[in-house]
Amino acid sequence: MSADILIAIFVTVITASTPVLIAGLGALVVEKSGVLNLGVEGMMLIGAVTGFAMAATTGSPTLGFIAAIVAGAAASMVFAVLTLTLAANQVATGLALTIFGTGLSALAGKGFVGRTVDASIRIFPDVLALHPLGRLIFSHHPMVYLSLVLTVGVAWFLSRSRAGLILRAVGESADAAHSIGYNVIAIRYLAVAFGGAMAGLGGACFSLMLTPMWSEKLTAGRGWIALALVVFASWRPGRLLAGAYLFGLVMTLELHAKAAGFGLIAPEVLAMMPYLATILVLTIISMRPGSAYSAAPACLGKPFRPPV
Amino acid sequence: MKIAIVPRLKPSRLIFWFGPVLAVLATMIVGTLVFAALGINGLKAVETIFLEPVLNPQRWQDLGVKAAPMLIIACGLAYGFRANVWNIGAEGQYIAGAIAGTGVALLADGSLPGSPLPLMCFAGVLGGMAWAALPALLRTRFRVNEILVTLMLTYVAIQLLFYLTRGPWRDPNGFNFPQTRLFEAAESLPIVVPGTVIHLGVPLALVIALVMWIVMQRTTVGFAGRTVGLAPHAALYGGFRNDRVVWFSLMLSGGLAGLAGIFEAAGPFGQLTPQFGVGYGFAAIIVAFLGRLNPLGIVLGALVLAISIVGGEIAQTRLGVPNAAIGVFQAMMLFFLLAVDVFVSNRLVFERDENA
Repeated sequence: MSADILIAIFVTVITASTPVLIAGLGALVVEKSGVLNLGVEGMMLIGAVTGFAMAATTGSPTLGFIAAIVAGAAASMVFAVLTLTLAANQVATGLALTIFGTGLSALAGKGFVGRTVDASIRIFPDVLALHPLGRLIFSHHPMVYLSLVLTVGVAWFLSRSRAGLILRAVGESADAAHSIGYNVIAIRYLAVAFGGAMAGLGGACFSLMLTPMWSEKLTAGRGWIALALVVFASWRPGRLLAGAYLFGLVMTLELHAKAAGFGLIAPEVLAMMPYLATILVLTIISMRPGSAYSAAPACLGKPFRPPV
Repeated sequence: MKIAIVPRLKPSRLIFWFGPVLAVLATMIVGTLVFAALGINGLKAVETIFLEPVLNPQRWQDLGVKAAPMLIIACGLAYGFRANVWNIGAEGQYIAGAIAGTGVALLADGSLPGSPLPLMCFAGVLGGMAWAALPALLRTRFRVNEILVTLMLTYVAIQLLFYLTRGPWRDPNGFNFPQTRLFEAAESLPIVVPGTVIHLGVPLALVIALVMWIVMQRTTVGFAGRTVGLAPHAALYGGFRNDRVVWFSLMLSGGLAGLAGIFEAAGPFGQLTPQFGVGYGFAAIIVAFLGRLNPLGIVLGALVLAISIVGGEIAQTRLGVPNAAIGVFQAMMLFFLLAVDVFVSNRLVFERDENA
């Protein structure tokens, strides 16, 4: 296998991983604040359709990505009002958000099925990508670079910044954080909004980068896989990056196996692989004694209501 | 002026039982506005979706047929939800049950003495259980989150359905359409009300709801589930093993979802097609909540969702309302219900600001 093919595969893997990585980073921050939002898939779909609609109408993919961020954050506010202000059950509300997002995106995207947009944006001139090594570094979509910046940013924010420390305190012990004067609800609102924005952006990566088009249920469960990767990563951004790329590799192998026309394996069996791989990975990470779940934020999923 | 939410001394039974009604009404009002915003006659659409199926007696049989699978699935889910076991992959177990039951019919292919139907239903239950066994095993052995595993397995079940209907199980005389052969009369659920589409699964669903009500309200198993959900430590102290409740929840909900699957395949569908998974498994989650996780309430919850599905089909053909709108409605119902629910055990107080 020549270097060219290897580089091509590498580029595909990174691109395929990016939406899951971005959505996963958002979910990671939300969970670090002690909130479990299972609506990632729904918010991704809302972001995907909004981004595509905006790009198709204005002709600007950049505006599309911005619109997706806003739409994702807006959708997450429905979840925030219910679970944070009203202290409703987070599992049920997140699930409702996914059902809502699936329906709403299909409804809103009806007129955009089958349309295409010119979504090719590059930040580096093509000249730099002529050499294989240059292609490795300079040929990616801007979202790929952004996802890496976001990974470093989230890692820095959580482990090095004061605001990140407060966010983690809220997730580990909401009562203690409240008693020393932090507004737990407000901080969680911000975290949920960030999670929504990232899910929206991740969704738009689907409709504007991976497959520049819109179809119903475009994200095919990637929002759930993003949630699984957060567990796999033990709530650490660096490991989330590794997990997302590993997942991207499985996806790419599936595509290449399909394209190579493996007569032995049915395409449907190959399509099962990402989901089975996720289950396998979750199991392996949970098998190591005291690893995965001890890393979970202590208040994850527990509603908080400030004492009156 | 400050608005605060404070706990009630006693939960409000009024809001508990009228919450779902309120949620449906709120959905109808907001739905009217949403449709109007999309440029559809909102009042007409909501009337078609929510009232037409109720007012038109010809539609009642459709309501029963649509409600039955959701009722059966939701009864199983309710037990688990009460015990904090979140099986959200009932759709996958439903498909797995249909596949297992169909497999029996295709394998026997008329060679069995007597009707293969009981064996098909048995296989359906086992298929659903098998699909729920992996999450149960992983949660009890390795503490793997069952929410993610049950959902992942739904995608696997859908692919398995695609594979079988396009490949090995495709009807050789089916003009190359991806579908299994039609079930023979002996392999199909009998129609119980002549001249309608109401099959045996409809009355059986009601029987299952009644049995599940007795199990959940009147037996130790039901009590164990509720206790594990409400007070895990007390349950442990009382000798209820958490793992056993997890297994029971998943086997019950998986088995019932599988049964609903083979009922649907051997009933209204009459065969397996790639489009078999129409989302009853997900809708059943909403049904379980609308019915207050109580099997008798779930009968009403299933009816409400069935109304929205049948009404949605009418609205689709008559008004051109996209099918996806129904999903939006169903999710809105759940949103409103969860919001109303807060006020079962809490109330709003309006207090003057101290600084004012």
